[in-house]
Amino acid sequence: MADQVHFELVSPERLLFSANVAEIVIPGVEGDFAVLAGHSNLISTLRPGVIHILETGAQVTDRIFVEGGFAEVNAEGCTVLAERAARVADIDRNKAEQALADAREDLQDAKSEIDRAAAAQLVEIAEARIAALGTSTY
Amino acid sequence: MPSLKDLKVRINSTKNTQKITSAMKMVSAAKLRRAQEQAEAARPYAERMEKVLRSLAVSMAGKDNAPALLAGTGRDQVHLLVVMTSDRGLCGAFNSSITRQARKMARDLKANGKQVKILAVGRKARDQMKREFLNEIIATIEDVGKPRLTFDSAAKIAQRISHMFEAGEFDVCTVVYNKFKSAITQIVTPQQLIPFALSSANENADANAAIYEYEPDEEAILADLLPRNLSMQVYRALLENAASEQGARMTAMDNATRNAGDMINKLTINYNRTRQANITKELIEIISGAEAV
Repeated sequence: MADQVHFELVSPERLLFSANVAEIVIPGVEGDFAVLAGHSNLISTLRPGVIHILETGAQVTDRIFVEGGFAEVNAEGCTVLAERAARVADIDRNKAEQALADAREDLQDAKSEIDRAAAAQLVEIAEARIAALGTSTY
Repeated sequence: MPSLKDLKVRINSTKNTQKITSAMKMVSAAKLRRAQEQAEAARPYAERMEKVLRSLAVSMAGKDNAPALLAGTGRDQVHLLVVMTSDRGLCGAFNSSITRQARKMARDLKANGKQVKILAVGRKARDQMKREFLNEIIATIEDVGKPRLTFDSAAKIAQRISHMFEAGEFDVCTVVYNKFKSAITQIVTPQQLIPFALSSANENADANAAIYEYEPDEEAILADLLPRNLSMQVYRALLENAASEQGARMTAMDNATRNAGDMINKLTINYNRTRQANITKELIEIISGAEAV
């Protein structure tokens, strides 16, 4: 079909997702953006959040949580490079909450400026992971 | 002349050695396949990362506020050598070829009045480098590939490197590892990580690279991307190294198995000759004894 866009989700360890889909919603740092066929060329960094895949365009068929990374959109399609990604359905709520608690603790214990920044980022990721478990807005 | 019993003992011990080397060869072959698959799986990410980085670097080329990871500190006084080897031996010239190259680089740098620091990844790197450069080794990282080589372990090393860089502990960082070509050939490769040097293999592609919108701006993306790229480069080097190690071990163990086979043949011939000589000697003794009666 002409009005589909080729979407690939790649992590350093493997190719996680590769298919032609109608629409993808990507959590960019400056807000979510949707990619449809014919999107202009774009490179954007991502914030921790959920990528929504709409295979036919009518409804969300897949939700994948990413901890950050960046997206590249060009005429050939859309590629998301993420260091860590997981299907929302695979996230364990207990583990996610534990991770958030750990991260908050680290943030409190952090002494140097660098440690604090790193811990704050972990908290942000953990919070986004739990938020991802909530209901989809799309 | 060794006795029959001595020969038998030697033959048996050589046979045991052969069993071990051929088992090791088989294990390495299996591990090599896995390592190659892993290296293969990392390729799409690395390729795309490089493409994006290239188009960013092109648009940043004219500006002078490029991040330090890309542009460097403007000096090259202190060099950090990241020497990547395996934790275990018995893999032919794999480790020694890496450390030989690293030692040569360190010597050359010192001869030019530069300061050298060494980060040893793998037990063998430390063992073989400390003889000459004990004071230069700042840290050793061991057991990277255990139980499995993951991106996280590479990211940890990269983080360490970038922390040191931010603290101004070095100006140029080069990693030395073995690039996997085939099970028989591995190429020792020094690769500069900081400042990051883009390979110029397909420079022509730059001219017709698409023009992108950037969100946020180029600088912010680049600042985000470069640490990721550093992790990726370290990960890639580790993967190549892991595949090379298994390849080298496989070849070394194949040779060892063959050598043991040759040795067993020689010893067996020797054993049979000795036994025959003994029989002949005994017969002569009996016959001459009978004749004397």
